[in-house]
Amino acid sequence: MDTNPLWISLKTALAATFAVFVLGLIAARFMSVYRGRWRSVLDGLFIMPLLLPPTVVGFLLLVVFGRHGPLGQILALFDTSVIFSWSATVIAATVVAFPLMYRTALGAFEQVDRDLLDAARTMGVPEINIFTGITVPLAWPGIAAGTILAFARALGEFGATLMLAGNIPGRTQTIPMAIFFLVESGQRTKAAIWVLVIIVISMGAILGLQYWTNRQGLMLARNKEGRL
Amino acid sequence: MSLIVDIERNLPGFRLTVSLKTGSGTLGLLGPSGSGKSMTLRCIAGLERPTAGRISLAGQVLFDAAKGINLPPQRRRIGFLFQHYALFPNLTVSGNIAMGLRGIGRKEQAGIIGEMVALVKLEGLENRYPRQLSGGQQQRAALARALAPRPQVLLLDEPFSALDNHLRGEMEQEVAVLLGNFHGAAVFVSHNTEEVYRLCPDLLVLENGKVTAVGPREGIFSNPPTLAIARMMGCQNLSRIRNKNDGRVEALDWGCCLRLPAATVIAGASHIGIYGNHIRPAGNGDGENILEGRVVNIIEAPHYVTISVKPAKTVDGGCLKIIWPKEMWGKPGPQKQQSLKLQLPPEKIFLIRDLRY
Repeated sequence: MDTNPLWISLKTALAATFAVFVLGLIAARFMSVYRGRWRSVLDGLFIMPLLLPPTVVGFLLLVVFGRHGPLGQILALFDTSVIFSWSATVIAATVVAFPLMYRTALGAFEQVDRDLLDAARTMGVPEINIFTGITVPLAWPGIAAGTILAFARALGEFGATLMLAGNIPGRTQTIPMAIFFLVESGQRTKAAIWVLVIIVISMGAILGLQYWTNRQGLMLARNKEGRL
Repeated sequence: MSLIVDIERNLPGFRLTVSLKTGSGTLGLLGPSGSGKSMTLRCIAGLERPTAGRISLAGQVLFDAAKGINLPPQRRRIGFLFQHYALFPNLTVSGNIAMGLRGIGRKEQAGIIGEMVALVKLEGLENRYPRQLSGGQQQRAALARALAPRPQVLLLDEPFSALDNHLRGEMEQEVAVLLGNFHGAAVFVSHNTEEVYRLCPDLLVLENGKVTAVGPREGIFSNPPTLAIARMMGCQNLSRIRNKNDGRVEALDWGCCLRLPAATVIAGASHIGIYGNHIRPAGNGDGENILEGRVVNIIEAPHYVTISVKPAKTVDGGCLKIIWPKEMWGKPGPQKQQSLKLQLPPEKIFLIRDLRY
C-alpha cells in the first residue's frame, strides 16, 4: 500500500500548524491592542475562512494565486507557481486552520490581567519582552489548545486543498484526498485503513489536548494548596 | 526633583482636570471612588493618554499635548504599585524583580535583587511564586519590584485596600518607612482619609474629576473647603447658616445662634461645621454657644462613644454627632432621651463656602 498520503498529510499539517502558530499569534497580538475603526472588519476577515465553505476558500485562493491573480503575478516574476504543488496543500491548510488559532489565542490574550502588562511597562520592559515573557506564558494553555485545534483542522483539510492543489498522487494527495478517491473507485478496504489512520492521529491530538488541560487543572489545584 | 502635572482627560460623561506639583515627599491624593484618582496616576505613569496638558518631571517633559510629546511608560522612570499588586504569577519573587532590571550584568542584577529583598524583608522567599506568598508578602514583593529600577517617582494606587485589617496597619508603617527613605517624589492614592492623613503631609482632594482642595493636611482638616471634604475628614456636624451681621450666625439646621471668633469673615459662607470631638459638655449651661438637645442614640466603640443629640429648637434639622472618650463620662454613661447641654467653642467652628449646595 502506498504510504505517501500519510507523509504528505503529516508534512502538510505540521508545516501549516507552524505557519498558523506564527501568523495566528501575530494577528491575535495585534488585535488585542488595536482599537481602531477597522477592528470589526479585520476580525471578520480573520474569521472568514472558518465561516465559508472550504470550496469557496479554495476558489478565492485560486483567484489570488492564479496566473492573473495578484500573488500569482508576483510569483510568476520568479518563474514559479504554487498551484497544484505541495506548497498549495500547505497554503490551503494554513488559511483554513488560521481562524482557530487566531480566535483561541486572542481569547487567551484578553484573559491576561492588563495590570500585569501595565506593571511591566512602568518597570521599563519593552513591549516585545512583555509579550514573550508575560503574555505568552500566561496565555499558554489557550495557545496550546489553539495549536492542536489548528493541527487537527489542517490534517483534515479537503475542499480548499482539492481546489488549489488538486489530487496528484505522491505530490499533493493527502489522506482525506486518498480516502475520497479510493471510495470513488470502489476500493473501500484501503479507504477504511486511511480512515483508521486519520482517527488515530486526530484522537491522539485531542487526547494530548485533554492531557494538557487536565495538567493545567492539576496545577491550579496545586496552586490553591500551595497558598499560605 | 519635582513632578509637575497639569492635564485634562475627557471621557464620555466624565472630565478630569487636575494640576499638581510635588517635590520629594509624599503627596496624598484623596477622593471618593470614581473621582479620577487612579486615572490621574495612570496618566502620570503614561498608561493613559491625557486629552490635553503637560506633565514634566525634574525638568524633562514626559507629556505635552501641544507639542505632541508622549513618552511611553517604559521611558518615564515612574514606579507604580498596583492595588492588587499585579505580580507576574509565572515568575518567582526574584524573577519579578529581575523583569525591571535590564541591560545590566547578571552579577549586578543579583546584587540589586538581594538588596531589594532585604529592604522589604523577604529574605528566604526569593524563589517562591506569588501564589505561595501571603497578602502582606505579595505587597512587599510588589514594592521591591517597583523600587528595583530606581524610579524617580513612585505612584501607589490604593496599596492597602486588598489587605486584611490587621495587616494594613503593619504594612502602612513599613510603607511609611520606605517612603521616608525614598529619594524621589511619591503620590499616594486612597479613599481612606485616615490612611492618607497618616502617610502624607500634603494632600490633594479630587471630587468628580476636579481638584477641590490642595495643601498641607492640617489646613484641609481644620478648614475643609467643601461639604464633601468635611465629611471625608470625618465631620458629620454641618449646618446651613444665615448671617446675623453681628459676628454671629444662625445655624438653620440646629435652631440656634452661634458666635464665631472675632474677625471671621462670614460673608459668602454657606455652612458651618464642627468636629464631634470638639463639642464639649456644658454642665449647667454657662458660657457662649450653648445648645440644648436630647440624646437620641448612643453608639459605643472600644475607646469612645458617639452620641447623637437632637437640638431642642429644631423641627426637621439633623442630629449633632458628638464623639467623647469614655473616661469623660464615667458610669453609668449617657442615657437615651436624656437632656443635654452642649458647648460649641467658637474657635473650633469652621466656615464652608460651598455654593453648590
